[in-house]
Amino acid sequence: MKFRTVLMASAASMLVAPAFAEEEKVLNIYNWSDYIAEDTIEKFEEETGIKVTYDVFDSNEVLEAKLLAGSSGYDIVVPSASFMARQIQAGVFQKLDKSKLPNLENMDGQIMQNVGEYDPGNEHAVVYMWGTTGIGYNVEKVKERLGEDAPTDSLALIFDPANAEKLADCGISLLDAPTEIIPAAMNYLGLDPRSTDPEDFKKGAEAIAAIKPHVRYFHSSQYINDLANGDTCVAMGWSGDVFQARDRADEADNGVSISYTIPKEGALQWFDMLAIPADAKHPENAHKFINFVMDAQITADITNYVWYASANEKAIDLIDGEILEDPGIFPADEVKEKLWVSPVYDAKQDRVLNREWTKAKTGQ
Amino acid sequence: MSGPKTDFLSKLGSRLVIGLPMFWLLLFFLVPFLVVLQVSLADLRLAQPPFTPIFEWLDGIPSYVGDLENYEFLFSDDLYIRSYLNSVKIAFISSLACLIVGYPIAYVIARADDALRNTLLLLVILPFWTSSLLRIYALIGMYSPTGFINSWLISFGLISEPIQLMQTDFAVYSGIVITYLPLMVLPLYAALQKLDEDLLEASADLGAGPLKTFWQVTLPLSLPGILAGCLLVFIPAVGEYIIPALLGGSGQLMIGKTLWTEFFNNRDWPLASAVAMVMLAVLVIPMMLLRNAQSQEGRS
Repeated sequence: MKFRTVLMASAASMLVAPAFAEEEKVLNIYNWSDYIAEDTIEKFEEETGIKVTYDVFDSNEVLEAKLLAGSSGYDIVVPSASFMARQIQAGVFQKLDKSKLPNLENMDGQIMQNVGEYDPGNEHAVVYMWGTTGIGYNVEKVKERLGEDAPTDSLALIFDPANAEKLADCGISLLDAPTEIIPAAMNYLGLDPRSTDPEDFKKGAEAIAAIKPHVRYFHSSQYINDLANGDTCVAMGWSGDVFQARDRADEADNGVSISYTIPKEGALQWFDMLAIPADAKHPENAHKFINFVMDAQITADITNYVWYASANEKAIDLIDGEILEDPGIFPADEVKEKLWVSPVYDAKQDRVLNREWTKAKTGQ
Repeated sequence: MSGPKTDFLSKLGSRLVIGLPMFWLLLFFLVPFLVVLQVSLADLRLAQPPFTPIFEWLDGIPSYVGDLENYEFLFSDDLYIRSYLNSVKIAFISSLACLIVGYPIAYVIARADDALRNTLLLLVILPFWTSSLLRIYALIGMYSPTGFINSWLISFGLISEPIQLMQTDFAVYSGIVITYLPLMVLPLYAALQKLDEDLLEASADLGAGPLKTFWQVTLPLSLPGILAGCLLVFIPAVGEYIIPALLGGSGQLMIGKTLWTEFFNNRDWPLASAVAMVMLAVLVIPMMLLRNAQSQEGRS
């Protein structure tokens, strides 16, 4: 009898304890590589006394595998919205406690509403940064090979085999992200980039196969350095990464000048989201971090460093004019209309898409 | 009086000595193996974890609900067979290249005098002290168009435009050879060092030239070292993912990459597990055949 009471009591205390106990001052973050200002973590640690462990990844797929395996050990992760939609269905994330996020009012209502397509009611995540998947290129080398009227404002720069062939020797790279590149190729062909028809995937993949002999590699982070060093001269990549390449080249003062365009045919607009895994051990600290990042000054600092657009309305005034006026980062309205967001693919569509991708890359 | 007690202690000791490694193997080989096997029999689902259980309670009885669908799927698309074959081909060429490079190195070390030998051995092992990833990145630094080799060749006027070294088969093979070379050199060295020099003298006394002595005495006697070295290189090279991913172009179909696509891009853990199980079979069966052949040879 007595034993039983003790047992019950301790079981009850175990259930209740976490609610009372102060969370240990630790926060584990898993974010994209090259995706935060140099002093963000430092400032957060200073303000809150929470010790941050900061790890990085360079593909949504790697993050997803860790999340689906469970017990990732991370308290904050940053999936792209189209991947997050599926992860929410799998029960990977916990709902945000909005009472702990007073800075939510800083966010751009329109953009938050747009990502509601992936996360109805914005219950699980807030936008960290958004950007586009477009074309980064080495201004001089492209001009050298294609002349003054090189189609640098068009997907034809890469997807027209005649152009790709002329650029092959100085190096073309594509993201190793089938869900972004195949739809871009479909878009070049005049198909709906949001189509999930296997036939359209196939046509897109064939367009990639046609330029494959002229593509040096498929990789999702290597191109930042290679563009900056002049090792490659055209990259289909993420906007901010290309700007970072431009910055690194400027710093190195190596005569390489890099530019980024959103092609006139349109580009993928993506949103990276701050979310808390359901099994996170430090959800309190995670909320503190999300709220901290939504601070206007902190977000502006990050945007000023990584050159990705924030979805923070209050931060706009604090962003460097150079970035604010760059049409590759904050595009004009008529360009915005051409942007499209990724559909959420189911397992079957993913299998077809990835099979076509392998076929395009290896010919088999 | 103390007899049975020491007996007991030595028995306990020997049991510990045998038991600990067995326990280790059980924990870190057999259990993960069974987990992968179980996943390979399950079905894909959108949940955490992303596969179905293979045992379910049906009418109060635990029943097996797994199936071989994933294995059947592997034969429905020639992607998988091609990936296996190409990986085996790459591993075979790499092992051969390691042997050709490693044999002279092992030979020189085995024939060197004592003081020099230790230094040379240390030099072979030394690269293992740095992470293999760092060594691959060092190769990228050497091979890239603006890298060490190209800028050196250009500054000496041997070439005017950088030659393409990165993202080539050459980069992949040289990466594998450089990474795995110690695994080839060490067993070769062990075999060559045991070789009795009197045999070489006897061979010379009987009129054989150095080449003939090498072919008929040294090489056959070092065969166990060659086999061990080749297996040590071949096995990890078949499943190699990092080196082709970092140094190679995208044109090579490799089972490591195919497995990656299944696991990460398709999120199809059951199919990825089936690929891994088949890869294990592809590796283990030839090894067992080889061992059988060897032990039969030993008996006759």
